[in-house]
Amino acid sequence: MASTETTDVETTAVKDSPGLGSLEAGLDALETVQSHRTPVREVLVKKVLPPLSAIVLVLVVWQVLVSAKVTDEYKLPAPSAVWSSLTDMWLQGTLLDVVWTSVSRGLLGFLLALAIGTPLGLLVARVKFVRAAIGPILSGLQSLPSVAWVPPAVLWLGLNDSMMYAVILLGAVPSIANGLVSGVDQVPPLYLRAGRTLGATGVRGAWHILMPAALPGYLAGLKQGWAFSWRSLMAAEIIASSPDLGLGLGQLLENGRNNSDMPGIFLAIFLILIVGIAIDLLIFSPLERRVLRGRGLLVKG
Amino acid sequence: MATALAKATDRTAAAHEYAARIEHVSKSFDGPAGPQLVLDDITLDVAPGEFVTLLGASGCGKSTLLNLVAGLDAPTAGAIETPGGRPALMFQEHALFPWLTAGKNIELALRLRGVAKSDRRDRAEELLSLVRLEGAYGKRVHELSGGMRQRVAMARALAQESQLLLMDEPFAALDAITRDVLHDELTRIWRTANTGDSVAGNLSVLFVTHNVREAVRLAQRVVLLSSRPGRVAHEWTVDIEQPRRIEDAEVAELSVEITEQLRGEIRRHGQH
Repeated sequence: MASTETTDVETTAVKDSPGLGSLEAGLDALETVQSHRTPVREVLVKKVLPPLSAIVLVLVVWQVLVSAKVTDEYKLPAPSAVWSSLTDMWLQGTLLDVVWTSVSRGLLGFLLALAIGTPLGLLVARVKFVRAAIGPILSGLQSLPSVAWVPPAVLWLGLNDSMMYAVILLGAVPSIANGLVSGVDQVPPLYLRAGRTLGATGVRGAWHILMPAALPGYLAGLKQGWAFSWRSLMAAEIIASSPDLGLGLGQLLENGRNNSDMPGIFLAIFLILIVGIAIDLLIFSPLERRVLRGRGLLVKG
Repeated sequence: MATALAKATDRTAAAHEYAARIEHVSKSFDGPAGPQLVLDDITLDVAPGEFVTLLGASGCGKSTLLNLVAGLDAPTAGAIETPGGRPALMFQEHALFPWLTAGKNIELALRLRGVAKSDRRDRAEELLSLVRLEGAYGKRVHELSGGMRQRVAMARALAQESQLLLMDEPFAALDAITRDVLHDELTRIWRTANTGDSVAGNLSVLFVTHNVREAVRLAQRVVLLSSRPGRVAHEWTVDIEQPRRIEDAEVAELSVEITEQLRGEIRRHGQH
């Protein structure tokens, strides 16, 4: 009520152009872009159906190759053989343990990498000297396969969990830091200027303007950081297996090789792939979509 | 209570003779051929409640001058005073933060000014209704049209409650119809702010443009800058009653005169 009154007072106080309010309302209505969410069924048809058909196709081709006996059975097991290794593990109760051993290592390592990579990235992005000093090394490290860190990590730290985490950190920290750096670099200078005129300088500027503006690049870095964490961990688990370490997906794969158990090897590969995809689909993609949609940056396909 | 009241009186224009004082300001930038003079000895006062447009062709340094007044850059020589606190600044691009809703953009300005959390929401709604965008509080920036974005940007600038609003060609990127409506809107807000009680308080505007008609349509005073380097070339007092229309005969008449001067300034650059 109070606001209606104020508007009335204003209009009487200042002689207005006739009908300005309604003119504006008309313009607003004409020019406003309507954005709406896609209905569930459309999502199912456009997003879920295509990958599902691809998976079915792969299974069919695989079964055909097995039935046609293109190669020895110990080299190419049937889908059903892989399925029964899966059910065996499930019935033995080891499946979830194995997956969880690796996933918990991967996620914990990723969180550590996040805690180190974020301030490091900010430092590189904002301090010229630091950028000149370690910027190129940081981007170079991204192209170094993290499996290269396994031998030194084993010698430095021994065959234990810290070795695993060290390898994950060396793989993921550069990605996360670099993502943040490129996110900050892509912040339009206009936002920073607008922020400064509003009084957002120093830490307040970083918190209210720089960080949210850099978020899309940062999230892309996180996504890649997770991929690198997972890859590094698998490399570490495959190379450095020891009974003390507990059975993870990498060791499962390595055990399969030692036992010439091809269905087991296939199963391990599938599980590694599924975990990688699932974490991306369940955590990073929704996060990224939310951020981009909020900013109107999501192009509807 | 007493201090709040004292502060409020301090904010009224009567406390100062001017909203902005630009004294012998020069600015040069480092160019490929040594320092390049962009602004040369500019002296200009904006009175409390006054609406001044700065007019000039490309290269007259009008945006540079605005940046100096806004405190985003420091003058090479001379001094700038804005006794009413940090001026608010509006850009040609809306410069709204896309990660915030329209309402939250305004609330951020309030928050950075130290407005208590409990008051921000109401204040933001109030400012939105001032620019006639009731109901846009929860809208994302990309859901708004160009004209609506500039109005939200205006509300955000007004949220700073500065006595001085700097505008850097804020309507240049809009279509003619929308621009016309926003001229009316800006005039209304500015006049309301300077007549009695209002949410915006006392308000001076320094408005940069290269559009002569727009300058005449809006301002009480038009200041023409020459180019390379920018100097104050001429000044006109616009004695046409508000509300004006951009197609008014008097606006057109003065525009013709100013355009002649402006063209004269531009021609000088072709002669050597």
